[in-house]
Amino acid sequence: MTDMMDTSANAPRRTSLKGNSALVARRKRRERLLMGVGLGAILIAFTVLFILVASLVSTGYTAFVQTQVTLDVHVDPAEISEEQLPRGGFQNVLTRSVLDLLPDADPETDLRAVRGILSNGAQFALRDQVAADPSLIGQTITLTVPLSDPYDQLNKGNINRDTPESERRLNDQAVVWFDQLDQAGRISTPFNWALFTNADSRFPELAGLKGALVGSFWVLFICFAVSFPVGIGAAIYLEEFAPKNRVSDFIEVNINNLAAVPSVVFGLLALAVFLNWFGLPRSAPFVGGLTLALMTMPTIIIATRAALKAVPPSIREAALGLGASKQQVVFGHVLPLAMPGILTGTIIGLAQALGETAPLLLIGMNAFITSAPTSPFDASTALPTQIFIWADSPERGFVSRTSAAILVLLGFLVIMNALAIYLRNRFERRW
Amino acid sequence: MNDMRRTEPTVTENTTKMQARKVQVYYGDNHAIKDVDVDIADKTVTAFIGPSGCGKSTFLRCLNRMNDTIDIARIEGDIRLDGEDIYDPKVDPVQLRAKVGMVFQKPNPFPKSIFDNVAYGPRIHGLARNKAELDVIVEKSLRRAALWDEVKDRLDAAGTSLSGGQQQRLCIARAVATNPEVLLMDEPCSALDPIATAQVEELIDDLRSRFSVVIVTHSMQQAARVSQKTAFFHLGELVEYDDTSNIFTNPKDSRTESYVTGRIG
Repeated sequence: MTDMMDTSANAPRRTSLKGNSALVARRKRRERLLMGVGLGAILIAFTVLFILVASLVSTGYTAFVQTQVTLDVHVDPAEISEEQLPRGGFQNVLTRSVLDLLPDADPETDLRAVRGILSNGAQFALRDQVAADPSLIGQTITLTVPLSDPYDQLNKGNINRDTPESERRLNDQAVVWFDQLDQAGRISTPFNWALFTNADSRFPELAGLKGALVGSFWVLFICFAVSFPVGIGAAIYLEEFAPKNRVSDFIEVNINNLAAVPSVVFGLLALAVFLNWFGLPRSAPFVGGLTLALMTMPTIIIATRAALKAVPPSIREAALGLGASKQQVVFGHVLPLAMPGILTGTIIGLAQALGETAPLLLIGMNAFITSAPTSPFDASTALPTQIFIWADSPERGFVSRTSAAILVLLGFLVIMNALAIYLRNRFERRW
Repeated sequence: MNDMRRTEPTVTENTTKMQARKVQVYYGDNHAIKDVDVDIADKTVTAFIGPSGCGKSTFLRCLNRMNDTIDIARIEGDIRLDGEDIYDPKVDPVQLRAKVGMVFQKPNPFPKSIFDNVAYGPRIHGLARNKAELDVIVEKSLRRAALWDEVKDRLDAAGTSLSGGQQQRLCIARAVATNPEVLLMDEPCSALDPIATAQVEELIDDLRSRFSVVIVTHSMQQAARVSQKTAFFHLGELVEYDDTSNIFTNPKDSRTESYVTGRIG
């Protein structure tokens, strides 16, 4: 030790703890830089997210309300009879009740234009009500029905009254009519429940997400039912039983590759195999679920393997040391401890599947279907494909509905991811 | 299984419980255990001592085939339990481990209740026909591990909620609950404080009346306190194996002497 004292490099340096040498200053600068870069990255990510959500909300919020008009409808026995209910003149009855509210409209020449104020679906609302209670025939009932899309947009301010008449969707006469109805207190804009209770429609004011929501539910259900057991089985075999050799390495590499395959390729595969070869029904959530299960499986396998690996070996040793068989160790100890991680991975995989569009387009889940599926084998759309269809539609009402549908989809994704985080925090054990 | 040629003649007092001959262990290319011959006597505490990395734990894990779980480990030689070759292809390691229990270095209770921890072995081996019998086994095992009085009011509490010393005694209770014939202990006190260590050592001495106990320890004092026989390992070889008193007071090999006097290790 003594001979080392003379070399200056090893001599004890007596500097103050508060000393700010060049070395310390440089180190601090680098640390600040690193922190700044990290903070900047987070700021960028949040700004982009904010812009996205803000633009969706600003265009989409109007779709969550619907302009409606309240009418006093005289159910004229001359037009509507109980015997020939389906062929009744519901539209004429409704149009007449609107004409009653518009004193300056001519019942002859303005008939078509006045009829256009109401949504095409209004007559069906009246028909269903009369069918449910035929005693209404001959009476005058109060009925609230949606306005057609142009008037809805006018009410929501999406049609500018200052635009020259020739370039406006509604002419001056129509605007006057709307204002007359509004002044009569007939116009209301309640929450648009039809967005969730109606299936798709040609008419934006009637179009809803029910078909897409039910379709997406079936798709995810089938996807989960297939990918969860298969994924966990594969992961357990690979992690706990498979010998570690070239074959298992090869399988592992390929599973990781599978997770990176573009989703459209899975769609083509499903089209070729499920539809053309197996002859499964087109546009069916069953096929959509199978297709997405192929995509979700690698995610679940990878997440499950990671969760199994994270179970401390001491637990396995403890059980093996007591004379438990491999199967008892896996099912009695390792799997229950890995379950939170497995479920988290599964939910994230399903959330990914929920938003997947391309494979569903290829198996025809972007068809125009006006009723919700009652089974996984009925033709249906799913949330992302419904967004795709609406985004393609020219009507003004579909623009805001597209944004609204995206918001609904994002809402489900947030719920699923929050559930995954909750499960992880609630059930994860710390060692 | 009942191959007569392999059955050793049975002797009554302090018979050989386990017998190892020419045992070699390889981890890949590493020759970890070289030519180890040991006879482990029944109802005796046998200590394996030696510097870190000398192979004492590796050898211990051969005795209940825990090394089977390590892919790259390869074992050669002959290890017999009551004259029966435990590496015979017909031997089920699961059955072997029910007879040769193990307590590990770090307390590793299952993240389950205290009761379920102890009841696990009897359950999987079908040692209890009903809940009442299981209760009896659990209580007996916890008493034997000197833990009963501390936990009898909270058998439903998580095993992981106990202190380190209690956890290790819980692991011992769990190991004795399956009624093993040999109990292997891999440095059972290395994670414990002196008071818990004393409790566990006392326990080991009690267990000797029923089982053959093999304990790996890095503490020579512990080996001297609890064991009757001591084996000294060095660099994968068994240097010396004799009565504990001889090893510590009158070692035959110079390496043993160096180790017990603190010059190597």
